[in-house]
Amino acid sequence: MLKISKSFFSLLTAALIVIPGVSALAQTAQEKGLEIAIATDKANEGWGDSTSELKMIMSNAQGQTSTRELRLKNLEVTGEGLGDKSLSIFDRPRDVEGTAFLSHTKVLEADDQWLLLPALGRVKRISSANKSGPFMGSEFAYEDILSPEVAKYSYVYLRDEVCGTLTCYVIERTPLYENSGYTKQIVWIDQAEYRYMKIAFYDRKDSHLKTLTYSDYQQYLGKYWRAHTFQMDNHQNGKATTLSYSNYVFQTGLDDKDFTSSRLSKMR
Amino acid sequence: MTSITPARPRLSLYLAGVMALLSPTLAFAGEWDFSGSVAGELRLFPSAPAYMNQEKMTLSPSVALEMELVYEWNDAADRLSFVPFARLDADDQNRSHYDIREAKWLHLGDGWDFVVGLDKVYWGVTESRHLVNIINQDDAIEDLDGEDKLGQPMINFNLEKDFGTFSVFVLPSFREREFVEQNHRLSGPVRIDASRATFEADSGNEHVDFAARWKHVFDDWDVGLSHFYGTSREARLIPIQVDGETILAPHYDQINQTSLDVQYTSGATLWKGELMSRSGQGDRFWAFVAGLEHTLYGVLGGRADLGLLVEYLYDDRDPLQAPVTTADHDIFAGMRLALNDTQDTSVLFGGIVDHDNGSTLLSIEAERRLSPNWKVELEGRFFVNIDAADPSHIFRRDDFLTLRLLRYF
Repeated sequence: MLKISKSFFSLLTAALIVIPGVSALAQTAQEKGLEIAIATDKANEGWGDSTSELKMIMSNAQGQTSTRELRLKNLEVTGEGLGDKSLSIFDRPRDVEGTAFLSHTKVLEADDQWLLLPALGRVKRISSANKSGPFMGSEFAYEDILSPEVAKYSYVYLRDEVCGTLTCYVIERTPLYENSGYTKQIVWIDQAEYRYMKIAFYDRKDSHLKTLTYSDYQQYLGKYWRAHTFQMDNHQNGKATTLSYSNYVFQTGLDDKDFTSSRLSKMR
Repeated sequence: MTSITPARPRLSLYLAGVMALLSPTLAFAGEWDFSGSVAGELRLFPSAPAYMNQEKMTLSPSVALEMELVYEWNDAADRLSFVPFARLDADDQNRSHYDIREAKWLHLGDGWDFVVGLDKVYWGVTESRHLVNIINQDDAIEDLDGEDKLGQPMINFNLEKDFGTFSVFVLPSFREREFVEQNHRLSGPVRIDASRATFEADSGNEHVDFAARWKHVFDDWDVGLSHFYGTSREARLIPIQVDGETILAPHYDQINQTSLDVQYTSGATLWKGELMSRSGQGDRFWAFVAGLEHTLYGVLGGRADLGLLVEYLYDDRDPLQAPVTTADHDIFAGMRLALNDTQDTSVLFGGIVDHDNGSTLLSIEAERRLSPNWKVELEGRFFVNIDAADPSHIFRRDDFLTLRLLRYF
């Protein structure tokens, strides 16, 4: 009895001494990757809602370009399994003027998406299974433009690396949702402000497909950073798409009622 | 150019009313937006006409203009829109027509909104037939597909609650359907005289119609339940004698129509159904369209989508007591190819086959943007294997192809 008790005591002592050291030293690369993803998400919590304007410039390997202009409304949604809501309204080219796209993002379930076809005044619920398809003919896939909810991926921390004048965490994330076009993404996040700086996308054959570079960061409400230029380069077809954001306004008073399929039919 | 003459005085009256109502608020600073399109169109009728008195119209040109003038104020919570449309057709005088598609004041409240004026409302989910979509009259001389609509005068109030969106419509006057001139293509052997239209309602085309709708989203289900009471948008065509000639005069009954539309979104498959029951045109009858749309993503080398569509159409109306329909027992199958390129190139190809007599309407619609302001569209309708007993028999020689070039401004 004493013997057992004694050895139990020594075991306990050993555990008390060793375990804190283990957790500090041997935090796995997975744990650290997740920690960075959570910190990145946290840094952007509480923005509420925003409106902005977007110019999308698509160019091919021959240098020919075509442009689309949209207005965006976004609503932050907090809650288990739920992602943000977004509304995109097209202004240019003129033949798609008034076309509007409403998305209720979910973390792992299929998103809810509706499209307003203004010529008919028709709102059509559409399938969101097409995660890997091109968004409006661009080099962005639907999954690239959806809000990067933490639980959508698994993470591995790779290394620290200098990125421009900053120092970045480099993490690898693997999509957990269905119908992704990627095996993995390598993400550069700056250590000072937890901002996305670059993402490298790897296709289903695990070859480097695209690189997305974020730039022209500006801070809003003294806290929230927004990149104003997203540059997506497709290394396999030589095409590129640039997203230029402008006129960001935060906390405009939008709420759930502005992001329903009924309200979508009244958009322009 | 005068095919909507009967409705015109009342339309301008509504317009004047809406403008007068709003003139005090218009003094505040708001935002104007002007846009529109001009379309040059060439229709080709490759076959000789079925009836002696019909012109050949082998190549038939027309131009159409649509404009949109929008004024927004009060932080875009209030909007005036004015959308006139006009077509000038070289051959068919009736197809030369104009309409006010929209002339409305929209106010967006917090969880509610209303519309006063002329507007366009779309209900329903299916592709081959728009069974529950009843608010607006068809602009039947524009196309056969029931997707061009005349602006409907209305007072509409919508209330959004956790358990759905409730809408009520008061429709204070009726837009009559127009018909193709009898000696032109896509008409029949007997002249239809829209100016001799008759109405079941004593108030004629000024009968005030009502409609109500509840619409809700339950996860993957989008559901709409509607009721309409008033003047049937479809006319019965009654033979009458005028100066020894037999002609057809439209007759508009008073109807009650209850309908349900449902879509279930499951991955890449959309399951769709529309069901309606109508009384007021002989015995109560019912009709439905049910089917699915399944999309294959990433075809043709990875960027394109191919949608496969199948729908079954059923309608048990008595053609002697109710307006004639071709969609009584038909199967629709189609394909929609979207290239997802920067020009938004897409092609929709489909056919509706009558299960009883094999009569088939084939249809193709293709479009591609040429530059930021130019677009080209191609449409074709082909009547194949048309049975003498089928209502579409009068169109059996009226296959046509439309090439349309649009300039946006």
